[in-house]
Amino acid sequence: MSQPRTSAYDEMRGEDGVRAAYAEIERWLRATPREHLDRKKQEAELLFRRIGITFAVYGEGGDPERLIPFDIIPRIIARSEWEKLSAGLRQRVRALNAFLADVYGRQEILRAGRIPKPLVLENEGYRQEMVGMVPPGGVYTHVAGIDMVRTAPAEFYVLEDNCRTPSGVSYMLENREAMLRLFPRLCARHRICPVGRYPEELLETLKAVAPASAGASPTVVILTPGPYNSAYYEHCFLADEMGVEVVEGADLFVQDKVVFMRTTAGPKRVDVIYRRIDDEFLDPEVFRPDSLVGVPGLMAAYRAGNVALANAPGAGIADDKAIYPYVPEMVRFYLGEEPLLANVPTFLCEREEDRKYVLDNLDKLVVKLAKGSGGYGMLIGPHATRDQRAEFHARILARPGDYIAQPTLALSTCPTVVEQGIAPRHVDLRPFILSGKEIRIVPGGLTRVALKEGSLVVNSSQGGGTKDTWVLDDEGPAAALLGQAQAQAQG
Amino acid sequence: MLSRTADSLFWLARYTERAGNVARGLAVASRMAAVSARLGDEVEEWRALLTASGGEAGFRRKYEAPTAEAVIHWLVFDPDNPSGIIPCFEAARRNARAVRTALTVDMWEALNDGWNHLRKLQPEAAEGDNLPDLLGWVRERVTLFNGAAHETMLRDEAWHFVRLGTMLERADNSARLLDVRHKLLTPEAEGAVDYVQWQAVLRAVSALRSYQWIYRDRLQPQRIAELLILRPELPRSLLSCLAEVSDTLEAIAVGQGGRRGECHRLAGGMHAQLRYGRIEAIFAQGLHEFLTGMIARAAELGGEIEEFYIRG
Repeated sequence: MSQPRTSAYDEMRGEDGVRAAYAEIERWLRATPREHLDRKKQEAELLFRRIGITFAVYGEGGDPERLIPFDIIPRIIARSEWEKLSAGLRQRVRALNAFLADVYGRQEILRAGRIPKPLVLENEGYRQEMVGMVPPGGVYTHVAGIDMVRTAPAEFYVLEDNCRTPSGVSYMLENREAMLRLFPRLCARHRICPVGRYPEELLETLKAVAPASAGASPTVVILTPGPYNSAYYEHCFLADEMGVEVVEGADLFVQDKVVFMRTTAGPKRVDVIYRRIDDEFLDPEVFRPDSLVGVPGLMAAYRAGNVALANAPGAGIADDKAIYPYVPEMVRFYLGEEPLLANVPTFLCEREEDRKYVLDNLDKLVVKLAKGSGGYGMLIGPHATRDQRAEFHARILARPGDYIAQPTLALSTCPTVVEQGIAPRHVDLRPFILSGKEIRIVPGGLTRVALKEGSLVVNSSQGGGTKDTWVLDDEGPAAALLGQAQAQAQG
Repeated sequence: MLSRTADSLFWLARYTERAGNVARGLAVASRMAAVSARLGDEVEEWRALLTASGGEAGFRRKYEAPTAEAVIHWLVFDPDNPSGIIPCFEAARRNARAVRTALTVDMWEALNDGWNHLRKLQPEAAEGDNLPDLLGWVRERVTLFNGAAHETMLRDEAWHFVRLGTMLERADNSARLLDVRHKLLTPEAEGAVDYVQWQAVLRAVSALRSYQWIYRDRLQPQRIAELLILRPELPRSLLSCLAEVSDTLEAIAVGQGGRRGECHRLAGGMHAQLRYGRIEAIFAQGLHEFLTGMIARAAELGGEIEEFYIRG
């Protein structure tokens, strides 16, 4: 087993041996021959391919339906660690929602000077169309995905917030299914908190924000851009699990500010739309007129209070990378609490002082586009060549407002099956937080793993993989469940 | 149910059934070509199959003559033939993918596994002695899909639209299959044709044994036609297919509080005509005329179903 020296926090192994939560995993890895792991890895791939859990990549040549590599070694979080995280996530999402209600309402945080006005009001993510309206239930980011990284036993950082249409939750659920099918005995030896309730919780959340006109059983749908979207599988999966329709723009129409879907029995009224298309494409009458995947008149119906949209248009202002440094301030301002989750120190190149520091320390920093996503267009200073750094130097000077920078974090590692054997690889974590009448979080999330040695980029579009994430009810292995529930047999 | 979903379910079932029917047709034709080579009319077999599959014009644009190789390639691989086995699977899967939520996991896996296998298929798989294995495999996949639907689907509208697609396609196939051989089935033809030709017709709808069970007698053209058109016992007879189409449309109407349209009237009429029809009358009218009439009305019925439930 190769063990490169690195300062990163190894989640399985500490200086004084294997950590308690990983004890059983470590025993299992030692007892399992490499061929067996390889075979299970292949089985997993076959499983994902058969169920059709793929993400679509069109226009790059090659197979348009790709598998995200799945690593069969689970990532473990102890219940005590999770409780702390979870409290921090609830707090953060409450603050983000309060911020959204505020910037589209009374704008108190701006008037108090706690966040610079232009940063919000002149931001592309700020939707004028949302000013002065209160969405049903007062909720803006019904489904939030908060990306976390870990650097030490009790040290978690929020890397970024995703308040628009975060994806990946289907992998959280399917990865667990895969593990239960591939390693039932290993699973049985742990007390793993189940995640399978997520779709039910999501449906409850969506129903909770239905307009009053909807009555006792609101009609909920998922709006997808269609089969060519990279997350199409997830849209269908969630609809299926919730027992609701997955619709495309053309399946919906608006009449007298009420949204209907076309069904075999004629038009049917729709009350809540969990939309998985971007703001700009929602309604060609309000946003991009060339949108073919949207629904003309949708925003008028929304503003009239006849339909709920989740997440609310304009929620993206809360996860803008330039707004991110102010989230701890939001927690203090709206909740009067100290933030439980730390932000990564962030330099806004727009600010002269920050910019100077960034340009002088490019070899130590990660530089990101303020509006980019998916790990595109970023510079990882310590791993970059002199030329790459020079290029970013020039780009930052040319358009400082486009860039932010953060110190390179030593992301924690988990044991991962790689070609040379089992080796530590860097991971992050995206838990999903649901906000309706209350905040709900299932214990777990999507763990993404950078499969290349030393790489810190976990995005699936950049060669990252996923792992099942186990929140363990206690740190030791569960007692074997013996002699229970024998199956009945004839005779 | 979403109109788009109903449309996709209807078509994924039609394409799946069509792939199976093409495989059945190919299996019979290749068997016939093997036994009728001594009669020197093997080309006729392939030509008849092309006509039955309804893609003769497209074939003629691309290929010189209906040789075995050309017809097999056209009916298995050719992307220009929307009724070929691989394009049918592809279209079925495309529709299935668009309505994943309306399918059960078993149905999806039956289609998706089939497509994953077929898309990597090498030309050798359809050559020479490999062909029967391939065709058997295709029929298995279609049977698996139908079985999965039968065993796992909720009996709701989704199920009804799948059955409509399967049965309408099957009716069309049985009618075409008989029609291309209608000359062999006229009473005057009796004795002039090889017995194996009649066997072939029956084999194509898995009915050779069934014939014996029902009639307990030697093969006679009029009875073969009766079996495939009018007998309620044979699951691929026109009567069986139209009975289910009519019942299914009625079930959808009842589920929607009695909402009915032209498709219901048309299906009921076709069902009644078959249920109370007599084979003597059909032969008196002319088998070919009767069958082409049925094919046209089945197409019209498909159009009316779309008009009422999908575009309406």
